[in-house]
Amino acid sequence: MAASISLHSIGSAQLAARARVATSESRLVRWTLMFVAFLFLVFFLFMPLAIVFTSALSKGLSTYFAAFREPDALSAIRLTLLAAGIAVPLNLIFGIAASWAIAKFDFLGKSLLVTLIDLPFSVSPVVSGLIYVLLFGLQGLLGPWLAAHDIKIIFAVPGIVLATIFVTFPFVARELIPLIQAQGIEEEEAALTLGASGWQTFWRVTLPNIKWGLLYGVILCNARAMGEFGAVSVVSGHIRGRTNTMPLHIEILYNEYQFQAAFAVASLLALLALVTLIAKSAVEWKAEQENSQPHGRDLTPDHQGFLL
Amino acid sequence: MSIEVSKVSKRFGTFNALSNINLEIPSGELVALLGPSGSGKTTLLRIIAGLEFADTGHVSFDGADITEQSARERRVGFVFQHYALFRHMNVFENIAFGLRVRPRQFRPAETAIRSKVHELLRLIQLENLAQRYPSQLSGGQRQRVALARALAVEPSVLLLDEPFGSLDAKVRQELRRWLRQLHDEIHITSVFVTHDQEEALEVADQVVVMNQGRIEQIGSPDEVYNHPASPFVYNFLGNVNLFHGRMDEGQPVIHGKATGQVVYVRPHLLEIDREPNGGSHFRAHIKHINAAGPLVKVDVITEWGDPVHIQVSQERYRALQLIKDDAVYVIPKDVRVFETRRAS
Repeated sequence: MAASISLHSIGSAQLAARARVATSESRLVRWTLMFVAFLFLVFFLFMPLAIVFTSALSKGLSTYFAAFREPDALSAIRLTLLAAGIAVPLNLIFGIAASWAIAKFDFLGKSLLVTLIDLPFSVSPVVSGLIYVLLFGLQGLLGPWLAAHDIKIIFAVPGIVLATIFVTFPFVARELIPLIQAQGIEEEEAALTLGASGWQTFWRVTLPNIKWGLLYGVILCNARAMGEFGAVSVVSGHIRGRTNTMPLHIEILYNEYQFQAAFAVASLLALLALVTLIAKSAVEWKAEQENSQPHGRDLTPDHQGFLL
Repeated sequence: MSIEVSKVSKRFGTFNALSNINLEIPSGELVALLGPSGSGKTTLLRIIAGLEFADTGHVSFDGADITEQSARERRVGFVFQHYALFRHMNVFENIAFGLRVRPRQFRPAETAIRSKVHELLRLIQLENLAQRYPSQLSGGQRQRVALARALAVEPSVLLLDEPFGSLDAKVRQELRRWLRQLHDEIHITSVFVTHDQEEALEVADQVVVMNQGRIEQIGSPDEVYNHPASPFVYNFLGNVNLFHGRMDEGQPVIHGKATGQVVYVRPHLLEIDREPNGGSHFRAHIKHINAAGPLVKVDVITEWGDPVHIQVSQERYRALQLIKDDAVYVIPKDVRVFETRRAS
């Protein structure tokens, strides 16, 4: 067995070497391509990021932190956390339910559901915001009824939460559908025959198998929920201290020439992006490790330690 | 625990997976469901397990109707073809799963679970691999863990779906002997699905031969092999030569002309000789000889031009000094005759 493995690895090494020769370009082309890629990153990513932080800190640390102590800023941060705090768990549940249904059952309208899940990705956020205005706004479809019952959705917190949910709902489902599909239902069937209830099967078998994909989806979902501008902007009404989220607050500050304060709040969102990036890489790395590491040792011969 | 299946039918869309199946499996037997793919054998097993539900008909365990019970309530041990081990649990936890998910009042104490799992690990001879994960095991080891996991809940019946289907030939043989031994020790009513006739004949007490959603024959390995009830069974259980011919006063007469009857003869039940020794015989010449193996495989062409496979012993082969293109006489020793309309 060892001999065949080493032969195999020599074979693939040779193959890799040949592949490198075959597809390799001249040094000049390689360096040019890499240079272009890095230049692009510097201009469009690192420089803006650096400017955000330098502008935020341009008047010293005390003014930087003062920007967050302002009541309007605090309320914007609170509202952003609230919207994300509601949207992410709801989309977590929706994502698991939808991906489970799509991956494990056959039903009428399944492909329609798959297409609809992608809708928020393909529709402009402004349009999705407008849909809510048309539905719940004063002149909207349900507007008169809502007004009669004194329920405010548009230009209020519920509208912001709704818009955030809409924009972010594909993230978890999209992440889970291929994962659950690939895993099939045999393990669940095995759990069933061993006497596990549906709930036990979910917690003990299904969830551990999808946890990294789920976490990955949640991280992306959260980042989008906190950073969403377009849809929220349409439904919020920009009432200071009441219906402004962080991205909206930044815009207002900027329009009022309070550059330093705008950048200070923006730096918070930028930090969130960086944290998300790190968390995402960590999850990917961890999932990769868990999947690949045991396979590396999948070499136990069948006959070892097995006597008739 | 005995299993009774009565009048079970199952359709998938327009496909008749099972039509009117009646089957009784006595307590403590090891039964093989044997058939080609698409014969409905796996569907029948899954219906017994409660993983699939019959359109019509009933399933009972020990006389009690369990048709409406879920797989969870039936307390069956099910071993999947592709093992279906919980990939995020090690071997120990996989085996302990069925005990851990019991309702609190029926759940054994941790020490009881431990000793039960270790007892099963001893049984499957994998005591030193308790901490391994499924992906770190070979196919044969995984299958044994799957078996131990199913046995841990002390099931009323053990159902195995192509248990050795994805293992290589050598491991298959070892494992099926081991399964037979295990069954002799614990005597649990067991049903396993296989498409490998050799496996079914070697391991099972009773063989249920299935074809196109129907049961062709039920019997001991000896019965189904030596007294096949239908052309399909004859064909499926081993190699066979088909001839046109007829029965004449209890003697098979084989010739090249179509008569409405087909004569079935296994390759080892045809004798080769230099002289016609009385009885029924026909002339042929040798096309090819393969002397590797316990029996010598001789391919001949009959006088009317049909190819025939014959197996003779090494001694006979040497005594006759057969070589290619020899003209010989072929004497059928035991044949079965079926009407052509039933021949498949």
